[in-house]
Amino acid sequence: MKPLFPVLFALVAALCLGSLIVGPADVGALDSLRALVAGGDGPLTLVMREIRLPRTILALAIGASLGLAGAAMQGYLRNPLAEPGLIGVSGSAALGAVLAIQTGVSAVFALALPLAALVGAIIAVLLLLGLAGPRGGSLSLILAGIAVSAMAGALTSLVLNLSPNPFAANEIVFWMMGSLADRSMVHVWLALPIMVVGWALLLPLARPLDALTLGEEAAASLGVNLTRVRWQVVLGTACVVGAGTAVAGAIGFVGLVVPHLLRPLVGARPGVLLVASALGGAAMLLAADIAVRVALPGRDLKLGVVTALVGAPFFLHLVWRTGRTAP
Amino acid sequence: MTLLAVQNLSVDLGGRPVLRGVTFDIGKGEMVGLIGPNGAGKSTLMRAALGLIPSDGVSTLAGLPPAARAKQAAWMPQSREIAWPVTVESLITLGRMPHGQRGTVADHRAVDAAIERMDLGGFRQRIATQLSGGEQARVLIARALAQDTPLLMADEPTAGLDPEHQIATLDTFGSLARDGRGVILSLHDLGLAARWCTRLILLDGGRILADGPPGDVLSDDLLARAFRIRAYHADTPDGRVVQPTGVIRDR
Repeated sequence: MKPLFPVLFALVAALCLGSLIVGPADVGALDSLRALVAGGDGPLTLVMREIRLPRTILALAIGASLGLAGAAMQGYLRNPLAEPGLIGVSGSAALGAVLAIQTGVSAVFALALPLAALVGAIIAVLLLLGLAGPRGGSLSLILAGIAVSAMAGALTSLVLNLSPNPFAANEIVFWMMGSLADRSMVHVWLALPIMVVGWALLLPLARPLDALTLGEEAAASLGVNLTRVRWQVVLGTACVVGAGTAVAGAIGFVGLVVPHLLRPLVGARPGVLLVASALGGAAMLLAADIAVRVALPGRDLKLGVVTALVGAPFFLHLVWRTGRTAP
Repeated sequence: MTLLAVQNLSVDLGGRPVLRGVTFDIGKGEMVGLIGPNGAGKSTLMRAALGLIPSDGVSTLAGLPPAARAKQAAWMPQSREIAWPVTVESLITLGRMPHGQRGTVADHRAVDAAIERMDLGGFRQRIATQLSGGEQARVLIARALAQDTPLLMADEPTAGLDPEHQIATLDTFGSLARDGRGVILSLHDLGLAARWCTRLILLDGGRILADGPPGDVLSDDLLARAFRIRAYHADTPDGRVVQPTGVIRDR
């Protein structure tokens, strides 16, 4: 277990480098990195600093966020099938973005789309706070999340359904697949601060989540404030998922698969799994975003499609293996 | 010295009174058995005394901040949940959380002592979720012992254990009480309650019907009133024996 973190760190660092040097502009790896670090007025510096760097930062931050939030949700609900999308924030953020595309606001003002997505995420959180109540348990939280998800999904479908022209519908569908292509530093500055707030809420949950291994009642008797833990999980997840969806669209499976993959390697302890899953999520999304650019360079393969394509069969394998080894 | 004082404790669950004005004290060296029929309020009493559920009245533990309370009393709920396949040792180490769980000498000593006391030496690196129900129960008791608190509270700690481990578990709690701690257990097995507890509190309908030495509380009259049963009593070299023998149908 000890070498796991150095290995994950090295993997993430290597993938960051890989993400920075892979792209349609045909330049050598060293030249690219030199242009990034040294600066200058050349077009290569522009490519590196305005196109590839934000893309790498976003893949790193969103991947880490999804892994972390997935591990926190699974730990809090003590359910390996929980994932960040469960509380309905990603669906509501997507609805906000879809409305921005549909109404044409996003065509007039580029940041309207992520901002509308953030508004959607905030509305979802307010609904959750209202529905799950200050004293509600984890079950009422899940049910509220499912209700919010379902509502957001239905409204998104309605928007698509009533879309006046096929181009808007097309754009909506493509946006919902998730992508990190053509994002700028503005997107980074929009999403990163919110994600950092989310990390600050989720990372201190290691101890309480460990205690929850014994169930809610025993955890409470060990001094864990369950109400506070619940809102830390919800608000932290909402921050990272809302901000991530706002700038990259819906990216599934990272938050579900990564904690699963790493759980046996950390001795199943939910607290250690938080940081491990953050690193693993970053690695998975960086790798997927490199794959998107390398596999079908001319076709604008969507990131969410790749994570689902990799994640789903992998998940099937895990389920199959669990089914065979379970006592 | 009083480890827990409860005064006039009442609990309503969903508008139904479950506990009505319960008052008692527990001191060092006492091993108190909470007995009573299903729904008498045994679990509710312990939860409310710990402050895990809202209640009216006074409990010295419920008044403490959660972190301070966790250093005073360890709680073993009846539902023996182990959510993840962690090792026995890391599960037991969770008991050190109220003390900081920083891997100090005191932490290691408390964990080792708990493992030894529950006879789990060979289980340290085993995966807790893969153990038998009885073994898991012992691991969870060890987790509470690692908390190293003056007071231990357990809801049906012997349920699902074989006779050997029922006796071993109650011996463990008994020796902790003799070492100067306080122990409160809810028990359904009146025989075990009679044999191991220094004092019994008989609850019925959310009220204390009797509170005293086992010989007084397990009288024919009180057993008939609370449980509607007859029982066989005897004194043996190993201690007092109470064995329910029949149900009283018409009273």
